[in-house]
Amino acid sequence: MERSPLFCKRDRPGTGLVELTFFLQQMINGVALGSLYGLIAIGYTMVYGIIRLINFAHGDVMMMGCYFAYFGILMFSLPWWASFVIAMALTAVLGVMMDKGAYVPVRNAPRISALITAIGVSFLLENLGLVVFGGRPKGFPTPEMFSEVYEVAGLMFPALVVWTPLLTLLILSAVLFIIYRTKTGRAMRCISHDMETTRLMGVDVNRIISITFAVGSAAAAAGGIMWAMRYPEINPLMGIIPGFKAFVAAVLGGIGNITGAMLGGLLLGVAEIMLVALMPELAGFRDAVAFGLLILILLFRPTGLMGTKLPD
Amino acid sequence: MDPNANRNLLLSVLATMLVLVLVQVAASHGTEYQIRILNNIAIFIVLAVSYNLVNGVTGQFSLAPNAFVALGAYTSALLTLTPAEKEISFIIEPCIWPLSVITTPFIVSLLAAGLVSAVLAFVMGFPVFRTRGDYLAIVTLGFGEVVRVIANNTQSITNGPLGLKGIAEYTTLWWSWGAAIVTVFLIARLIRSSYGMAMKAIKYDEAAAEAVGINTYWHKMLAFTTSGFFQGIGGGLLAHLITTISPTLFTFFLTFNLLIIIVMGGLGSTTGAIIAAVLFTWGGEWLRFVDEPMDLGFVEIPGIPGMRMVIFSCILIFIMIFARHGIMGTREFNWNWLCRKLGVGGRSR
Repeated sequence: MERSPLFCKRDRPGTGLVELTFFLQQMINGVALGSLYGLIAIGYTMVYGIIRLINFAHGDVMMMGCYFAYFGILMFSLPWWASFVIAMALTAVLGVMMDKGAYVPVRNAPRISALITAIGVSFLLENLGLVVFGGRPKGFPTPEMFSEVYEVAGLMFPALVVWTPLLTLLILSAVLFIIYRTKTGRAMRCISHDMETTRLMGVDVNRIISITFAVGSAAAAAGGIMWAMRYPEINPLMGIIPGFKAFVAAVLGGIGNITGAMLGGLLLGVAEIMLVALMPELAGFRDAVAFGLLILILLFRPTGLMGTKLPD
Repeated sequence: MDPNANRNLLLSVLATMLVLVLVQVAASHGTEYQIRILNNIAIFIVLAVSYNLVNGVTGQFSLAPNAFVALGAYTSALLTLTPAEKEISFIIEPCIWPLSVITTPFIVSLLAAGLVSAVLAFVMGFPVFRTRGDYLAIVTLGFGEVVRVIANNTQSITNGPLGLKGIAEYTTLWWSWGAAIVTVFLIARLIRSSYGMAMKAIKYDEAAAEAVGINTYWHKMLAFTTSGFFQGIGGGLLAHLITTISPTLFTFFLTFNLLIIIVMGGLGSTTGAIIAAVLFTWGGEWLRFVDEPMDLGFVEIPGIPGMRMVIFSCILIFIMIFARHGIMGTREFNWNWLCRKLGVGGRSR
């Protein structure tokens, strides 16, 4: 009797361990990718939580962050850490400019108008990127510290896989600190409940919203730089896919909920890596996983995994 | 009942005949470039008017027209390609059985494209219309992307990233403008019927519409399916105009172009959608000069490819900030208004 391939595989000694290692390795990759999605999702979820705007341009803000870092390193010969910090600061400024220039004028317009404006801003950034930086992908200069690979117990740990979740945790705690432990954060939470009343209480609502954009954009820049080091190449359209996926992560976790966005990101990252690892023949569909998950979650649990408020 | 109904009908028939005469003149005297632009305008009218039915008239912010256009384009292209052509095109994996032997006339393939897209719209409508507002936008955006990913990965049906080549160039001015006239006529009739009234009611206040007994779910489905049908036909026409299609043609970029058109024309106005489709296509050609090097006499500006899209993005943002109602708002062209303006009179109500 001929044995099925699956049966043969199990017969070999020691394969069980290999399978476990394989599984753990994929888990690690999934968590690294997922925390990256989560990091980018922070900005989405903060902005949506406060002014109920899907900031379509968030992924493109992330792209701009990558270019700032790139030019910092290559044109101004800054050390990588200085370049990264400056890139985050510049991206924060870009976020504020975007808010002041495009979103403040449509703040009292119907929500669809704000959404269309956001789509316009997204295309503006992408095409400005194409005009100014050129469409040809540029190699991202990954610092040596991030390109090493550690091996522990048969598992490969590229430095990025270690650093990404750490950085994400750091930024997540910083954002949570701002939101729950500072006066600005209290104002943000107030605005998300009732913008008009908050304004009447003497809070400068536009300033607080700008700060939200600044924080979210800086987080996006950090995520973008990590993304650029992971796939060491940047181009003006690179923000589209991570932007969409981060948005899905935010919705998965319950949009407006920052911890939820992180969980949604992890879930999405692991699901995607597992699809590619376990069903390599379906690898071409990995970009569809996010949207499949999104549609399912919106149908069966429209407020996301951790959300409480109903979307209208 | 409008007392001028007969006169208006006559005027509409005359206007349609005038358009047909102009099409004949263009087809016999126009250069290849002019004919190409006129074809593009007609196809964009089909796409924009049907997109406007969902986004403008019914107020459901869908971002999925690229899915229907893609499906329509692939369906009609696969139906008109001959088995021999398919064998040459499908080099990685052969085309699957029924498609590999079928060849149909152009008109059949167009109708099939419309029907298949309408079926997709109908099926998509079930999950899509459980969501509202921003979420509906994102879910439809997701579907648009999924259709593109599927087109990229089903090698034996769509030929994957290689796309389909050598599609016969059947789309003439008669086909495209014929389709445009039929689409505008049917959709305008639909909007003026009781179904259209219900769709507008949904746009202005969904809860109130529900309360007066309108089945909002099925009216949204009707708008979405009708729109899908015409977008499928538009896709078929597009495929037989450009003769080469691949998944990269049907990205969100296509949706973005249509969105600019309907926003520019005024969300909810068929007339606006037509005017804006003409302006956008013609203006897009006219704006080509910004992509090319310019010599201003004292200074030479090097050509910046892609500048056009920057300008279009700015236009979209400016419209949203300064002129939210677009060219026409929700108003429509009508003969009574024109005659009054011209002082021709006619009986008043």
